Amino acid sequence: MPDHAPNCPAPLRARTRSVAITASPPLTQTTVSGAPAVELEGITKRFPGVVANKDVTFSVRRGTVHAIVGENGAGKSTLMKILYGVQRPDEGTIKVDGKVVNLHSPADAIAAGIGMVFQHFMLADNLSVLENVVLGAEKLHGIGDAARREIQRISDVYKLGVDPDVLVGDLGVGARQRIEILKVLYRGAKILILDEPTAVLVPQEVDELFGQLADLKDEGVTVLFISHKLDEVLKVADSITVIRRGTTIDTVEPSTVNARQLAELMVGSELPSPTTEESTVTDRVLLRVEDLVLGGEDGGRPVLDGISLTIHAGEVLGIAGVEGNGQAELVEVIMGMREPTSGRVFLGDRDTSDWGTREIREAGVGYIPEDRHRHALLLEAPLWENRMLGHQTERPNVKGQLIDAAGAKADTERIVREYDVRTPSIFVTAGSLSGGNQQKLIIGREMSHSPKVLVAAHPTRGVDVGAQASIWDHIRAARREGLAVLLISADLEELIGLSDTIRVILRGQLSGDFDPDQVTAEDLGAAMTGAGEKEQTR
Amino acid sequence: MNRLSPRRIGLALSAPLLALVVAFLITSLVLTLFGDPVLDVWKTILHVPKPRQTVQIINAATVYYLSAVAVAVGFRMNLFNIGVDGQYRVGVFAAAVFAGQAWLPGVFNIVVAIIVAMVAAGLWAGIAAYLKVRRGVSEVISTIMLNAIATGVVSWLFAKVAQRSEGSNITETKTIPESSQLLGLKLVPGATNRVFTLVVLAVIVGLVYWFVLGRTRFGFDLRATGRSESAAVASGVNVPRMVMTAMIASGALAGLVGMPQLFGQDHNYGTTIQSGLGFAGIGIALLGRNNPIGIAIASLLWAFLDIQSNALQIGVGVAQEIVYIIQGVILFAVVIAYELIRRTDLRLEQQRVARELAAQRQATTATEGASA
Repeated sequence: MPDHAPNCPAPLRARTRSVAITASPPLTQTTVSGAPAVELEGITKRFPGVVANKDVTFSVRRGTVHAIVGENGAGKSTLMKILYGVQRPDEGTIKVDGKVVNLHSPADAIAAGIGMVFQHFMLADNLSVLENVVLGAEKLHGIGDAARREIQRISDVYKLGVDPDVLVGDLGVGARQRIEILKVLYRGAKILILDEPTAVLVPQEVDELFGQLADLKDEGVTVLFISHKLDEVLKVADSITVIRRGTTIDTVEPSTVNARQLAELMVGSELPSPTTEESTVTDRVLLRVEDLVLGGEDGGRPVLDGISLTIHAGEVLGIAGVEGNGQAELVEVIMGMREPTSGRVFLGDRDTSDWGTREIREAGVGYIPEDRHRHALLLEAPLWENRMLGHQTERPNVKGQLIDAAGAKADTERIVREYDVRTPSIFVTAGSLSGGNQQKLIIGREMSHSPKVLVAAHPTRGVDVGAQASIWDHIRAARREGLAVLLISADLEELIGLSDTIRVILRGQLSGDFDPDQVTAEDLGAAMTGAGEKEQTR
Repeated sequence: MNRLSPRRIGLALSAPLLALVVAFLITSLVLTLFGDPVLDVWKTILHVPKPRQTVQIINAATVYYLSAVAVAVGFRMNLFNIGVDGQYRVGVFAAAVFAGQAWLPGVFNIVVAIIVAMVAAGLWAGIAAYLKVRRGVSEVISTIMLNAIATGVVSWLFAKVAQRSEGSNITETKTIPESSQLLGLKLVPGATNRVFTLVVLAVIVGLVYWFVLGRTRFGFDLRATGRSESAAVASGVNVPRMVMTAMIASGALAGLVGMPQLFGQDHNYGTTIQSGLGFAGIGIALLGRNNPIGIAIASLLWAFLDIQSNALQIGVGVAQEIVYIIQGVILFAVVIAYELIRRTDLRLEQQRVARELAAQRQATTATEGASA
């Protein structure tokens, strides 16, 4: 769990030890006739069954913050992986400082002056800042005082406020992120790619990060800022490139657009918006969670802090929240994959707090996990075996203790047909399908055992628009038939469109109810970041 | 379209064949470098075995097969049971002591002694399983340690129960009564020696292994855990219990490894006990890709190389240890080849799926276009 406590050392404190700021100027700008820092032209990348990027073209001016925005699954990550040499484009050219570069590996990218700060930090807690920074770059300045001086110099020039000798394990999230940035600068990068850098930060830390980006910019560093949070992008970026369904839609100046227009560019007008019909909520309680507490690691702040909720038959309860505020843990506790410190979970009137995951699933809880590759699929197993997964004790998959392969295969054929899973056969491995088709198979599988409760975490994450619409239809249909749905999503439109009630989770606590007919994305956004705490009573 | 496409079978067979070729080349190179008669060595190893040798090969393969299946059970769920060697030792000792007492008549003595071996070896493996589940100790480390401890414990107990036969230095446990000794099967015409009767046991173990892993709920849970532990947990598999069961099952099978020899040849536990069987099993399970038929072929290959190389020292004056080089290179090559093949297979399948879906799409647009 990332620690959200604002635990940042004063960033601007002068360090006396590095009086001798070396003569090396802060990242000299060897400009080739003022060419853009990065130029992408006609970048296309195909994956099996899906074109991740199609004819992506844009250029980034030197010394600016350039934002790339797009929905989850729009192809931002693939694009950045191409720029960082992790993936190679099938077509198109990349120019850095006006020169065409061929990036075969991250090492090539670093040599070309491109560095990446990943969303999930790659730092060793038990090493000091200095050790983390020089790890893998020992050849540059050694591992001793020379390296320490260089770190100090970079920290001072870009006002990062990094102390090379503290243990990384003692630092907060914001400070860790600055170390990641410093790591990349240390390796000589002039172009920084930040992948969703604010996803793990609390609002104060976000402001601090934005201050740092301005400092970097002033020193001639170019920043590529990946995000899907429009208000942040409008605040920090000098120009914004919008990506939709793998291709660049437009590049705009933040002064010429508002969030509304940007959102329209991002989702496109053809996007079906999820809307619920009239309420189907009954008064029959199907899932009840009572005062759930899950202690933090090492006695830290509890990850879940007194969560109570009730879902009735025919009701969709949506949970909004910034990632890492306890959503994942709440799901795992309800599914019996994790033992809560205290509190109870009831399915109907049965107390399932002490049940195992299998009993809970057999009792009629369908589960669409957040990370389908890790939790919902056996990627190297054929589709029909994946159809059994999670229901390997139930018909038609088994007869007694024996696998009913014929039954499972026949039912997989049915799911493929009814849920429109695009596959040449049920014998191909799950890993060879596109994300949307994998998800349709998972939803088909979960719905095939007539669940009473469905726990759905980010059910449309990373799936294409067509699959998204059909997944929404399935959830709505199930709701009409009296299913109780716990919907966890980062997509506020999805939450507002599907839910009967919305609640916001922040630092392990649930807010009061929001009425999806009244609430706006802005209201939810405020509650998610804690800005609305004063108005909201729990 | 089917699981068993010709492409897949071709890929599956190409890896071991490639590994054999690589092993052949590297061994030849080593022999040439050290001035050994390359041709004579290969002639000796690759000559058609005589009936007596055929029997020896089958017998050695039987033992290897049991050992490799024991390892494979763990492999299928990503458990590395390095401790088959120790478990086998504990099992065969327990069975020898039990059967030597002759409490039960004839076949009953054999059957119960086999069960004793499985229980003893299973419990021994259970220690490693418990440590992993409760204390998070890697089974690789604990089973290696338990191998050493098994050797010590068995030697200590052996000293308590062993007896010295008259007029010799050989110490051994009480010999199994004749009524419980298995004479062997005359399977190979022209051979004076016989195939272990308990080759039947290996066949049964192979069938049970295939059935349990491929056809039962338990087997599905086990394979799912091996493929993705996180997905197995989310699907409701109780992973700690699964680790416990699989490790103990692997150990119980390891207990069977010594049975064919105990009842068919040695008739007691003595200082001549064969060691290293568990480690051979690891290699054979790898080579056979944890598949019951594949393991059988790999066991026969291993036994073939072992037996055929016996004549090297006398025949061509080359140490028969050269066979370890061959076996080692085969393993290295096959592990690399399997991984390459696995990746190629995944990539080819992804491409095929993409291509066929694209073709489907085109077909639908074409028909729609025609009808419009």
